[in-house]
Parts: sequence; structure tokens; C-alpha cells
Amino acid sequence: MEVGRLPISASQRGKLISAGYTTLSSLSSLSPSDLALGAQTAWDMLHEDEMFPRITTSCLDLDNVLGGGINCKEVTEIGGVPGIGKTQLGIQLAVNVQIPVDYGGLGAKAIYIDTEGSFMVERVLQIAEACIEDMTECNGLLRKDFQAGQLKMHPNNILENIFYFRVCSYTEQIALTNYLDKFISEHKDVKVVIVDSVTFHFRQDFDDMALRTRLLSGIALKLMKLAKEHGLAVVLLNQVTTKYIEGSFQLTLALGDSWSHSCTNRVILYWNGNERYAYIDKSPSLRSASAPYSVTSKGIRNSASNCKRIRMM
Amino acid sequence: MELLDVGWAEVTSAVAHISAIVCPPYQSALSLMEQRVQNEHLAGHLPTRLKGLDEALCGGIPFGVLTELVGPAGIGKTQFCLKLSLLASLPSSYGGLDGHVIYIDVESKFSSRRLIEIGAKSFPEIFLTKGMAQKMSGRILVWRPASLSEFTERLQQIKVSLHRNEVKLLVIDSMAALVSGEYEQGIPRQHPLGWHVSFIKSLAEFSRIPIVVTNQVRSQSRDEACQFSFQVQRWKETKEDQARYGSHLVAALGVHWAHAVTIRLVLEAKSGQRFLKVSKSPISPPLAFPFDITASGMSLLSDDGIDLTGPDINAIRSQGHSDIINFTGESLQ
Repeated sequence: MEVGRLPISASQRGKLISAGYTTLSSLSSLSPSDLALGAQTAWDMLHEDEMFPRITTSCLDLDNVLGGGINCKEVTEIGGVPGIGKTQLGIQLAVNVQIPVDYGGLGAKAIYIDTEGSFMVERVLQIAEACIEDMTECNGLLRKDFQAGQLKMHPNNILENIFYFRVCSYTEQIALTNYLDKFISEHKDVKVVIVDSVTFHFRQDFDDMALRTRLLSGIALKLMKLAKEHGLAVVLLNQVTTKYIEGSFQLTLALGDSWSHSCTNRVILYWNGNERYAYIDKSPSLRSASAPYSVTSKGIRNSASNCKRIRMM
Repeated sequence: MELLDVGWAEVTSAVAHISAIVCPPYQSALSLMEQRVQNEHLAGHLPTRLKGLDEALCGGIPFGVLTELVGPAGIGKTQFCLKLSLLASLPSSYGGLDGHVIYIDVESKFSSRRLIEIGAKSFPEIFLTKGMAQKMSGRILVWRPASLSEFTERLQQIKVSLHRNEVKLLVIDSMAALVSGEYEQGIPRQHPLGWHVSFIKSLAEFSRIPIVVTNQVRSQSRDEACQFSFQVQRWKETKEDQARYGSHLVAALGVHWAHAVTIRLVLEAKSGQRFLKVSKSPISPPLAFPFDITASGMSLLSDDGIDLTGPDINAIRSQGHSDIINFTGESLQ
């Protein structure tokens, strides 16, 4: 039977024919997802999500509220006041993505895009050394009966696998976002892209706010596409600004209201008394919750006041 | 597309090609570290000769980034800058950078007599040698801009001279004074120094020199933003809670500036004792060092800093310190 005779709307008929299905028999063996041309069923997406591991932040409480860690395939925005630990978290993620698969990590590489110049190699070395120490300790505790080889990682190996870009203007930032697709196709083992910070070049003297909004949403879309296509995590670090809401000045993340819709997940780092906390402000799959964390000489770790739990990897 | 009358495919490939060219080159973090260790003094640090601070900062004031000194008037910011200028001009055999210094003195606080005094007391073996005092202080170029626009113009020229004169340190004392004349008081304007911040940071980056900037304090206005909207809804903290730190002083120039500086050193006076706090630093733990100003500049009373967890590291107090007496015996207030 011809497709032209089927009781369906003209536009649907047109699409079927242009896709090459002219008779009913050609349609009968297809499943709905094939016809959907690229869209996925929710069930398939759930299975895919389970296949993509998450990047740990080295802080158990923070990992818990994040559903296990930073999600690959999504864009996560992390913002906070100066000195709260955004760069520290960025560096920790760049190191943790390299944890070998045997130890529960991704064994992948990282891209670190630095717009502010806050990437200090001394600190990366410290965090890398601490990460290896933790893994070696875990090796000692859990693997006594295994014949698994000694951990052969050296902090320099970790530093080698972080690709560092220094961006000095917003045009360079846009150019780099465009170029990332090609770069990642050539370096397929990159699983996290960290931009520290996405705000800096867009806060200086931008006269045309409409242009800024357009450029930023362009960047956000490209990064989301990048995350989805290559199955990697994109982490954008943002700054704060003040806003007059409901009769008082409050802190809010920078770049405006339209930007706040652009990222899939949003985490805000803030001070609560004497502790640093992370708050899940926006996420399609996680509930709003806060978790304490601390910044130590080893990097991001559990908050000290929660030390009563047994220390486990 | 309309302007050039070309198809979508050509535009996309042109954009991709241009992006690849405009895009900055990459390097691995390892090669970054190796470059610094091999080419730069102490892997890119200017030692301050304050043992506790140098340890906290992995060697000293780092190259290539902006270090800010903020504190109330008379606490010792200019003294610290004078000592740093001296240290940068010293020959490398004495731990200096053997280079020139550009000192931008906005408030006319630079005192060459005090500089020589610090030099003579801290490094007598160099300064008492004939002609050395002149040579060292001859390397420090002091300039007093009359206005923000003059400063802006001069910054561009400085970029050129950075390569020629072997300048190893740039000091701007103080940044806040450049702006305070131009704008009215009250709720601080957003980014009055937007372009300057970017430019100065890129200067530091390309020439790989340390840039030290001083900043003033102002009192916290009642409408100051200090919480996020979700905090206000949930916990209803009142403004009185902020007073528990006993401080109503904040750094001038706003939160945008606070994000832009890489290292922030807070100088404060708490119950009559001065403290140097490493308030914001990607490479240091939050430590506070008690200090005093002596004839040879700033000296730490203890090299083991006090660990300060919590936002207290950012608080700035001005309780009961006696003002710095300048060289002629008058109080600077």
C-alpha cells in the first residue's frame, strides 16, 4: 500500500516520503525510535545515563547531593563569592577525571580554559600528589589479596594530561569554543572541559548588552552540544554580582537572567557560618540540597566537622 | 551570509577556520610547570623575606598575577610596597630580581628617604657599599598620575617599556585612590575600572612579572549584599549577624575587583595587634601572621601563621593600632 494513501496529515506524509519510505511494507519493520530520526525514548536515555560515570569531587557529601559526582554529558555551572573555592574545585575535577578506571574513575584527560590567570601549577601539583597518595592508600587497604600492580602514576603524568588554554579576550573565548569540537575529535580521551571563569571577559565594558546575551547563549548552546555529542562534562565557573530583589541587595551569579537559563545544572558555593557549603540551585534530576565541603592542602575534601564517619575511599 | 552572498556551508567552514586561527595555543600543565621552573627565579616567585609568608605563597609573590594589599589607612601597605621595590632591585646574589621597578604613586606616599632607611637597615652590606644605594634606588621609577585618564594613557606606554627596561615589578599604590576622585560615594558603582583590570592582568601575564596593587577600605553600607536569595528565604539571617565579626569595613572597589585579583593580602589591626592575612590565594591555606613595622620594614612576629577557617579571613578590622609615623615624625592620618 502506498504511503500516499495512509490516513495521516500531509506534513507527516511529506516527511515520510522525503525520508524514503514510500510503501507500507518499508515501514512495518521499523520501531518508533528509528522514525523519530535522532530523538530518543526516555527509557533509552535512562540506560545511557547509567553507562556514563560521574566525576567525583573528592568530597563525599558533595558527591551525594550531586547524585554521585559531576555528570558527564551535561553542562554544570558553579558560582560563588571570591575565595570560596571555585578554582580549587575546577582543579580537583581536572585531576579526578584522570583517576584510573580500576579505582572507580574515568581514566580520561581534562581541558582547562583559564580566562583569569588563576590556574597555578604549584597548586595543581599539590592536588595531584594528594590524589595519588589517596589512591596508593586505597591500594594498600583493599587490594592486599589482589595481584594488581603497584600504582604507577606520578604527579607529572597527571599534569601532562591537563590541556591548558589561556584566553585573554572574549573573542578568543568564542573562537576557542568553536574550535573545541575539532580539538576533542582529535583528543578523544578528554572527558571534562573546565572554563575558569566564563564570566571574566564578559564583564568588562560591554556596551551592548543585547550582543552580550546573544554571544553568551551562543557559547552555552555550543558547549551543550559538545557535552552531549562527546559524552563529556562541561564545568563553567561563574562569579557573583549584586542585584536588587524584593527590597534589598542580594548576591546572585553574574551574567544576567537569560544566562541563568542556559546551563543545565547550577551549583552555588557559599559561606554558612564558618563552613563552606554547596547548594544545588537548579537541576533537572537532583533535588535542591546543600552539602558542606572544605578546601585543604590536599584539595577539596569532606568538611572537617563530619569526620565521625569511617574514612573510606 | 547576506553581506558576502555565500552559502551556509562556506560560512560555517570560514568560521571554523577563523576560530582555529584566533584560538590561543594550548600546552599541558606539565610543560607550563617545567617552563616556570627552568626559566624563572624560584619558579616564578619574588621572595618577600618574610619567612612565614613566603612559605605560604610557595616561595613569594607570584609572577604573572595580580596581588592585592588591602587594609585601613596607616597599617603598613606602602611600607610593604617600598620593601618589595627594594627586593626586586637587589642583585640576584642577594635574592632579588636584579631588575627595574615601576612604582605608580597615586597618593604621593612614596618616600625615598624611608626607602634608603629600609635598605640600610635590612641589607647593610649592600647599602653601605659606595654607590650601591644610588644604583638600587636608581632602578625604581616613581610616577605620580594626576588623574585616571592620565593613568590610562600611561599604562599603554608602560606595556612597551616593560620589554625594554627589564622591569621586574610594577606597584600601583593605590588603586582605589584613582577612582575615588571620579565617582560619588555610596553604593559603589559596578566596575569603574573594568578595562584597567583586564589590561593590568594581561600585562602581568605577558611579561611574567609580579604586579602588586594596594586598595583602601570603606565602611560597609547598610544595604550591602551578603547573601544569596535562597539563603534569605531559608534562614532569615539579619544584618546584625554580620556584626559578630566586629568589623564594618570592607575592601573598596567592589566584588568585581575582588574576583579579579588572584591573591589578596589583608592587613588589619585587631585589639591593637596588626595581622597580615592571606585572604584569597589559590596556593595558600588561610593563615594570619601577626606583624610589626620596624626600621627595616615589615617583620612578622611569628612565622607559623594562625589558621583561620571561615569567612573571618576576609574580615578587615581597624581596632586600636597606633598610626604609622612617617619619617619626619608626623602621623600620616
